[in-house]
Amino acid sequence: MSVLVVKNLTKNFGGLSAVSNVNLEINENELVGLIGPNGAGKTTFFNLLTGVYEPSEGSIELKINGKMKSIVKVKPYNITKLGMARTFQNIRLFKELSVLDNIKVAMNKDIKYGFFSAIFRLPKFYKEESRIHDNAIKLLEVVGLGEKRNELAKNLPYGEQRKLEIARALATNPTVLFLDEPAAGMNPQETNELTSLINKIKKDFNLTIILIEHDMSLVMTLCERIFVLDYGKLIAKGTPEEIKNNKRVVEAYLGED
Amino acid sequence: MKKNQFTFINLCWLVLIVFIYFLINILISLGVLNAVYQTVLVTVMINIILAISLNMIIGITGQFSLGHAGFMAIGAYSAGVALKLFSQSTGFYMGIALGMFFSGIMALIVAIPTLRLKGDYLAIATLGFGEIIRIIIQNMKVTNGAAGLVLTKVADWKIVFVFLIISILIILFFSNSAIGRACISVREDEIASETMGINTTKYKIMAFVVGAVIASIAGALYAGSFYVIKPDMFSFNKSIDILVIVVFGGMGSFTGSILSAIIIGIINTALQSFAGIRTIAYGIILVMIMIFRPKGLLGSYEFKLSKFLKGKEENQ
Repeated sequence: MSVLVVKNLTKNFGGLSAVSNVNLEINENELVGLIGPNGAGKTTFFNLLTGVYEPSEGSIELKINGKMKSIVKVKPYNITKLGMARTFQNIRLFKELSVLDNIKVAMNKDIKYGFFSAIFRLPKFYKEESRIHDNAIKLLEVVGLGEKRNELAKNLPYGEQRKLEIARALATNPTVLFLDEPAAGMNPQETNELTSLINKIKKDFNLTIILIEHDMSLVMTLCERIFVLDYGKLIAKGTPEEIKNNKRVVEAYLGED
Repeated sequence: MKKNQFTFINLCWLVLIVFIYFLINILISLGVLNAVYQTVLVTVMINIILAISLNMIIGITGQFSLGHAGFMAIGAYSAGVALKLFSQSTGFYMGIALGMFFSGIMALIVAIPTLRLKGDYLAIATLGFGEIIRIIIQNMKVTNGAAGLVLTKVADWKIVFVFLIISILIILFFSNSAIGRACISVREDEIASETMGINTTKYKIMAFVVGAVIASIAGALYAGSFYVIKPDMFSFNKSIDILVIVVFGGMGSFTGSILSAIIIGIINTALQSFAGIRTIAYGIILVMIMIFRPKGLLGSYEFKLSKFLKGKEENQ
């Protein structure tokens, strides 16, 4: 069963086609990789799917409560509510907030008290806050940041900031998770930890994960299927084995003879 | 996690507030705080309300507003006109409620188009709005134009004190909730905030409207305390004065705003007799602050009674 269907997706910036005519389907509980040389349009593609950019052409359909629905022109915050979450290539945490509060912000859509409960501190406020607090701590423990919950996000080491970003995306309770270069700048040991974390959250949270990554060993070990973009076009798709031996992919990365 | 508001720390705060109240009371009855100092006290308290409400817009939500005096003017004139029309204290409280209402509506009207703007553009738009309010008031009959309104004094320092505490509580409760967290996330990173499911426009508008409503309370208290209100009291300069208090205390720190309103009040009073050099000294002090503490007196630090008490126990 596919959970995300993209048809003829195109995004033009002026005369430049950053993404042109991309078709792909992603199945439920799949872990797919999106690779391509620098400037291939991978992040633009993510931005289109998560509503940051509006597509010039084409359709994006997401499975919501068992039915496929178009999410083109839906505002980013509503797309998140429909079950898509993402991390960013250059970490975008709420730096001056504590680790715990970063998670709580992402849980905002679950909070069932309004303005007046907050201002008058009605019992509902305390009930909801303590529920969110417990949930946030649970989530932090999953990614191994439980001990650091009161530190400011900006004071975490780089690898942990990446983990916190993943945890924050999970806090929105997604069905589809986009990871934009989660292993960028990590040392091999951190990358290994990340690999097991991604596998773990995929199982525990029943997720479909789409990841952009330049670390080929990570992509090849982790992903079930891989899509390759080059100059905004989808040039190949298939299992890691197929991609490794695909002539066009090798050409895109290494150039022609 | 605490389940309700009846915690030890909150009790301590209550005791502290009651203590400050009686301290001021005793100082007045002993004659230490004479009429002049009482005026300073009321001015400082009104400035605190203005500063924390602006700090919520600028420091917490990260939206640069320069029209705060406009909302203060709405509050002041609502109270002023109500005082003229109705009897003393009923008129005053009705005026406060009316001011809050009008100010909220106006803030909503301004916020929806302007909060799409960012940084300098938003500052210019709100600045223009503040001036529009002032000019409208200047040209209305009921507000008695540029001559302003002469009022009877209905609010003594006790009433101002009560409203000060209410305003601080509203703003603290607002900021320390899911709504406040969403507002801070808008300040920190708007794109990330939006992708985390936060409707950023909604929270910006919310903070702006609440800030404006609180500012109108300050305006109404001003009208009730100082006999005369004139349109040019609420000019662009007043907005800058409030902004200076916020920046001086540290953006995003409410205790910073309170502290800086008190310090600036003291500096102003101390320099009262040197009218000529007053603004010069004032300027020098501000420049010094910007050099030595560029993030304001307290930066984003917030004084917490719980930390303070714990620190004491450890020292003993």
